[in-house]
Amino acid sequence: MNADFTADDLAFQVEVKEFLENEFPSAYRKKIDARQRLTKEEIVDWQKILFRKGWVAPNWPEEYGGTGWTPTQKYIFSTEMGLVGAPEPVPFGMTMVAPVIMAYGTEEQKKRFLPDILESNVWWCQGYSEPNSGSDLASLKTSAVRDGDHYVVNGSKTWNTYGQHADWIFCLVRTDNTVKKQEGISFLLIDMKSPGITLKPIVLLDGHPEVNEVFFDEVRVPVDNLIGEENKGWTYAKVLLTHERTNIAGVPRGKRRLGSLKRQAAETDDGFGGTMADNPNFKRKLAQAEIELLALEYSELRTLAALTVGKAPGPESSILKIVGTELAQSMDEMLVELAGYGCLPFLPEQYEEGFEGEIFGPGNSASAALTYFNNRKLSIFGGSNEIQRNIISKAVLGL
Amino acid sequence: MDFSQTEEQQMLQESVQQFVRKSYDFDTRNSIVATAEGYSAEFWKLFAELGWLTVPFSEADGGFGDSAVDLTVMMDEFGKALVVEPYLATVVLGGGIIAALADEKTKGELLPQIMSGDLQLSLASAEHGGRYNPLNVATTAKAEGDSIVLDGVKTAVLNGSNASYIIVTARESGDVSASDGISVFLVPTDSAGVSIQGFTTIDGRSSSEVKLEAVSVDASARLGLPGKAAEALVLVNEKATLACAAEALGALESMLHKTVEYSKTRKQFGTSIGTFQALQHRMADMFIQCQLARSIVIRAAMKIDSSESTVEKAKAVSAAKSRIGYAIKAVGQEAIQIHGGIAMTEELDVGHLFRRVTALDIMFGDADYHTERYASL
Repeated sequence: MNADFTADDLAFQVEVKEFLENEFPSAYRKKIDARQRLTKEEIVDWQKILFRKGWVAPNWPEEYGGTGWTPTQKYIFSTEMGLVGAPEPVPFGMTMVAPVIMAYGTEEQKKRFLPDILESNVWWCQGYSEPNSGSDLASLKTSAVRDGDHYVVNGSKTWNTYGQHADWIFCLVRTDNTVKKQEGISFLLIDMKSPGITLKPIVLLDGHPEVNEVFFDEVRVPVDNLIGEENKGWTYAKVLLTHERTNIAGVPRGKRRLGSLKRQAAETDDGFGGTMADNPNFKRKLAQAEIELLALEYSELRTLAALTVGKAPGPESSILKIVGTELAQSMDEMLVELAGYGCLPFLPEQYEEGFEGEIFGPGNSASAALTYFNNRKLSIFGGSNEIQRNIISKAVLGL
Repeated sequence: MDFSQTEEQQMLQESVQQFVRKSYDFDTRNSIVATAEGYSAEFWKLFAELGWLTVPFSEADGGFGDSAVDLTVMMDEFGKALVVEPYLATVVLGGGIIAALADEKTKGELLPQIMSGDLQLSLASAEHGGRYNPLNVATTAKAEGDSIVLDGVKTAVLNGSNASYIIVTARESGDVSASDGISVFLVPTDSAGVSIQGFTTIDGRSSSEVKLEAVSVDASARLGLPGKAAEALVLVNEKATLACAAEALGALESMLHKTVEYSKTRKQFGTSIGTFQALQHRMADMFIQCQLARSIVIRAAMKIDSSESTVEKAKAVSAAKSRIGYAIKAVGQEAIQIHGGIAMTEELDVGHLFRRVTALDIMFGDADYHTERYASL
């Protein structure tokens, strides 16, 4: 038993570090450190840098422009990205819809959609959840009724991230009302410019309209945009949901955040003549978070080691989702604690994309509560942590 | 990177599993606990024949290779079966100190006896005032001519009543918490001035409190250089701490398994209680705790076997003992709760596993102690 990388892997790690050092624009890094949002243009620019390097889609098969990396190389890459705060490509196209198109799309659909996803020419968003279908996703009601060469789509989707930037949306729609709820769902690709689509931004607790509600009113979608067979969409979506769960442990990001919390603690008075870094209560919280991160990292490595010998990722990945998100949320609490009074100003505008003014508040403390609020989503999305516990109790414990 | 077991580790694991299946059921274990010695001499000889007593010794010392990963593989299985034989006291602690500090002559004499199952040992390190720090030593060692005179009280002396020698940590110089000035002495248990009060622990092990009143030993009873035992003591302590963490891990997984199986068969309100989501999620949480605990114990074992610094090793062990301490509370208490009243009885093994992990949490430092130690290193 050992947790060492091979010499080849270590050389690869150096290559990735050097690439990020030289190619990840320092302006973006600065913004991310200040918790400011990148603009669409900046995100696309970074993804195109990755594309030109050939590293934008590590999880794609080589024939479609993937990297052909081993699981360990993929792990190293995403670890190094996380350690410098470089954003992973926006997942909706690259890691969510693309694998479904590859697995179930026609040759023509592959040719039509995949290259533009790879090159970040086309921006995708997700149409899954509905106002009345959250964790019980299969109860969705947005309907698609066949009319000649088209489907006519009516209904609404919610929690749609980046819809305002998107050119296309992939949707789960109901095509049969008369069967078991999972068996009447289809997987449809819809052009966001289609007449009848409207977007309503939803402002979240952090004051940012991060998500939208998308309304479909008699939207006509060519049948060519159906993926696979009609009424088989649920099967395809489940494949996609497993993809959504990989990388969710967030260990490198956690390490980076923990380092920043430690530095911040050393600069924050505890009110009793010392700093928060020496404060016994806070010190203990930091140590516990660090220990949890180690346990999480080695759980991820154990999963990775199983992958490298050809085992499929099991429902154990639910552990990574639950523990990773709960740990991240505990760090958010520490962030608020360190900020103290500094977290009270509600100034979401200074974190909006394109903000050029000076950030108010010492040490960017005005972002602390906003981060805390925003990250409550972590245990809700991607299959809520309760759904993950259902998966563990059914698939692992056999209950 | 490779987290799979070597062939040797697999064989070791299977050999313990096979022994437990064939010879160490719950009733047998309880009847051993009820004996005066609190362990089975017959099984101890068998452990020796199976080679288990050689595991934490280097090949140079005639052992199996002194791999921490090997040790955790074995302790894990011991934990599942609630094994009470004094492996930790005689082999890991006693043997560990002798291997680290004794001269070749003493090693040549004692180590083979340990590995053949002919010698029982005990380490008298902990004191009432020292909490879990092995370097907090108030027991004194004063030179008088060619002799050394020992005075002090030692607690949590595992296997003291069965041991031929008690290995005593004592201070020759320095403050009570100074790392310099600590020596260890090999004291025959029948020496004048040694009184051993034996008792059974909450988890069915034989332990004792040892009083040393003007115990005179020859200077040759000192293992290693005068006042220089701290480093070896700490390293042996790390290994013993890890061994306890690994044993607790096995016990916790056993509790999880038993709880899940029980919930599938126990019927209330016309259905098995395992169908209730309120319980399913709690068992899922128990599973998560076990997995995290396993990850961090494996990590600590790998670090001990690596060439990293003593500080890194200490941090890895403290991280593991801290994390498993929290898992012990979470998994242990839930196992009792989900079983309900039946787990409160002595009839069921779950309650005994709960007692065992409660003791293992305390031994060599609980979760809070090791969190503090981790943060201070």
